[in-house]
Amino acid sequence: MPVKNDFDVIIIGGGITGAGTARDCAMRGLKVLLIERHDIATGATGRNHGLLHSGARYAVKDSESAEECIRENKILRSIASNCVEDTGGLFITLPEDEDAGFGLDYQKTFIEACQKAGIDAKAISPSEAREMEPSVNPSLIGAVVVPDGSVDPFRLCSANVTDAAMHGAKVLVYTQFLDFIREGDTILGVKVLDTRTGQEAEYRAPVTVNAAGIWGHGVAEKAGVHIGMYPAKGALLVFGHRVNNVVINRCRKSADGDILVPGDSVTVIGTTSTKVPFEECDNMEVTPEEVSLLLREGCALCPALASTRILRAYAGVRPLVADDSDPTGRSISRGIVCLDHESRDGVKGLVSITGGKLMTYRLMAELATDAVCRKLGVNQVCTTAETPLPGSVDGRIETVSKRFEGKVSLGQKGAAGRQGDLVGKINFTTAEDKKLVCECENVTLAEIKYAVAELGVRTLEDLRRRTRVGMGTCQGTLCIRKAAKALAIALGDPSLEGKLAADYLDERWKGMRAVGWGDTLREMEFMQRVYKFQKPYSYDEI
Amino acid sequence: MQEKNISANNFEQCQKCSLCETVCPVMANNPDYGGPKRSGPDGERYRLKNGIFFDDSLKYCLNCKRCEVACPSGVRIADLIQQARIDFNKKSPKLRDMMLASTDQMGPLASTFAPIVNFSLGLGPVKSVLDATIGIDRHRTMPKYASKTFVHWFKKNAAAAQDGFKKHISYFHGCYANYNYPQLAKDFVAVMNAFGYGVHLMDGERCCGVAKIANGMIPAATRDAKINMGAFRKSIAEGRDIVTVSTTCTMTLLEEYPELLKVDNDDVKNHVSLVEQFLYKAIASGEVKPVWKEGWKARAAYHCPCHQERLGLGIFTTELLKMIPGMELTELESNCCGIAGTYGFKKENYAVSQKIGKPLFDDIKAAAPEFVACECETCKWQIEMSTGVPVKNPVSILAEALDLEKTSELNRP
Repeated sequence: MPVKNDFDVIIIGGGITGAGTARDCAMRGLKVLLIERHDIATGATGRNHGLLHSGARYAVKDSESAEECIRENKILRSIASNCVEDTGGLFITLPEDEDAGFGLDYQKTFIEACQKAGIDAKAISPSEAREMEPSVNPSLIGAVVVPDGSVDPFRLCSANVTDAAMHGAKVLVYTQFLDFIREGDTILGVKVLDTRTGQEAEYRAPVTVNAAGIWGHGVAEKAGVHIGMYPAKGALLVFGHRVNNVVINRCRKSADGDILVPGDSVTVIGTTSTKVPFEECDNMEVTPEEVSLLLREGCALCPALASTRILRAYAGVRPLVADDSDPTGRSISRGIVCLDHESRDGVKGLVSITGGKLMTYRLMAELATDAVCRKLGVNQVCTTAETPLPGSVDGRIETVSKRFEGKVSLGQKGAAGRQGDLVGKINFTTAEDKKLVCECENVTLAEIKYAVAELGVRTLEDLRRRTRVGMGTCQGTLCIRKAAKALAIALGDPSLEGKLAADYLDERWKGMRAVGWGDTLREMEFMQRVYKFQKPYSYDEI
Repeated sequence: MQEKNISANNFEQCQKCSLCETVCPVMANNPDYGGPKRSGPDGERYRLKNGIFFDDSLKYCLNCKRCEVACPSGVRIADLIQQARIDFNKKSPKLRDMMLASTDQMGPLASTFAPIVNFSLGLGPVKSVLDATIGIDRHRTMPKYASKTFVHWFKKNAAAAQDGFKKHISYFHGCYANYNYPQLAKDFVAVMNAFGYGVHLMDGERCCGVAKIANGMIPAATRDAKINMGAFRKSIAEGRDIVTVSTTCTMTLLEEYPELLKVDNDDVKNHVSLVEQFLYKAIASGEVKPVWKEGWKARAAYHCPCHQERLGLGIFTTELLKMIPGMELTELESNCCGIAGTYGFKKENYAVSQKIGKPLFDDIKAAAPEFVACECETCKWQIEMSTGVPVKNPVSILAEALDLEKTSELNRP
């Protein structure tokens, strides 16, 4: 029976790696299908620091990673200006680091290693550091400036998916991978389940890319191949506002809770690193011990954290891979792992791309796409390093917000910051559309309508990832019914409103519970009261 | 865990309950204003991220501080807004704003030429010119200037007698009583003297600075604040606490100095009282005894100025006025009169200012009192202009209702 190939390549996983691979493949002219069981950026992509590494963190121990980071750092600054913020970074040395053998001698080693990797690292005096970042621990004895920054992973992932789609890729979210279609030792395609309708379907392509992050372990098993993955949980805390405007790291051997990143309207401290069983990867809870540790370490970087409200806690799972050459599985590489299962395991038509980091997603995608092209006999060069992502052609908020006529509202500025130069697609004509739905994050009804219509939104969590709706201080208490109403109407079923809102608040609640004291506890009480007594929202009240 | 979770960034305590929005008089009347929550704590969060999020509409906040009174989380909402205006509004103040704000510089000038100034400011054509050129609304009547300031009168007629008293206080008179309405200050001296207190002026009293803060003249306001605090400390060291008459001056001295101008007043705060608070406590504790005029009668309505509410001191005034045997006092609903110092004088704010005040004006008209009792000078201008009902300061009411001679005899040691 002749095999009818619907696509050239099927990519499993809508995280940043899958999204980047879909974009690269589509830009090289391939017919692409991207499948994702939830929404884009729901796994580790949406659950990290959002740090635009300079590579300095790896410079001493792993110069290869460091060099990759600084190269990709520069590339992302030029192709993803709407997703990246040039905050700069500090590596600080504290008096106690001296006792632990990471004093100013180590700082010297650190700077040399950075410079060797091509990272522009420069020592500054403690007083210069305090001036550059007033929230830094004032007792520091040394500091190094590096080109760290912050990157919005949701925006980055969404921009890659959007660009892939603009280049003809088909994107199916809420579509779960069930199994491979297989003939002998050849993978012919995938069987999938639409998780909303319960319909199963089959798609075929000569090559399938496994880009499912930690879940890629299970995907590979379905093809009968083993990838020695090591699920490493990383917990993080989100603080209520921007405490620092410069990334703060510790200049010592990498440890838990030693990076503080200002991202969008908040500050994030992280992370921890604990091996967890595969069964737990779908449902991460942050423990009190992790919260204490992050707070303790965070306060060493920035004492103000001790009195700053924590909005929520969350955790992700790094898809680390044990070195193939080490049978014990103990030697973990943080580097990129691109496996051609034909040469490795004798399974044709399957490539796995894993390991790596958010920072190096583009390079990972390039390597995976190179492998796909080799298999397909396609000879096209990668152009993702030179082509700006949608929204980032000229994505800086300062320039984008100048495009509006007349007085620019807070909602328009907010949208300009998030959607970059695509903001022109948002229709701000009526007064109704200009009204803020989410006041914490300056999200208008217009932006919500745009996201629902253009960015593949199905749930309020999806909407949050594209607009920050409900991510602010009240965690959705005041805005989510309004957003739910708008989304339910856009989805064509107004009766969904209550369920959409309840699902969203459940997820918020989960993150708040781990840090439920002080003002966060008051907010939780308030949320509970509001929703216990709320009547259905009248649209006129918005 | 977190040992103390009261953040220095006070806006963090905002729970988004939105109570502040229900009491904001501007939000209800000016659709261009985002309201206290959005301009204060919400706005601050985004301004910390990027100054581009400073919104020009913050200028519509009239700093009545009703949001702060309503806030169950103790967020200093109005201060956040004022502070953001100070930090982000880099436009230098307009000539008009500087003129309105510099009460202490315009005062001496205008007093010297008081007849001419008052006459010309009252002329229709002059009002039209002010309206068209510098944007002072033509409907406004500018406060009249006195030809002899209070300080001038005091030095000539009252100062010498003050040392003869047993008890002493220092009087922070403020610009209004000095330049525009010396009679109020004279009433104050008469009442305090009757109760046995010698009244003293402080060396080099400056304008409290409220109008300068509101109009973005921060360095000038800070300079004055430091001079004032120096004068207060000297007076306290000499054993004289400070008594004030103006609500807004008092709020500025007590609250805005440390919060907005970063001028410390911790050691001074407990030595400053508003006159109604001071006298109520003195009478209630038996420290002094009033003798009321036989047969004095009045039907008054009390309007509590926004800043009096913020200070939580309105209760002293009503309780004090209720001590007067012939007083029939109606307490008006708590509402902003809409003028907010120099705010209502600006052409762009006039219409909103009058809309804000309407519920209060209606209440006053319905109560039809002989006069309105109110501590605040700018509320007085607004209410008199908008309702035609005269407004009296509680100190002047006391000066009328007290038998000053008998009181003075009774309180003589």
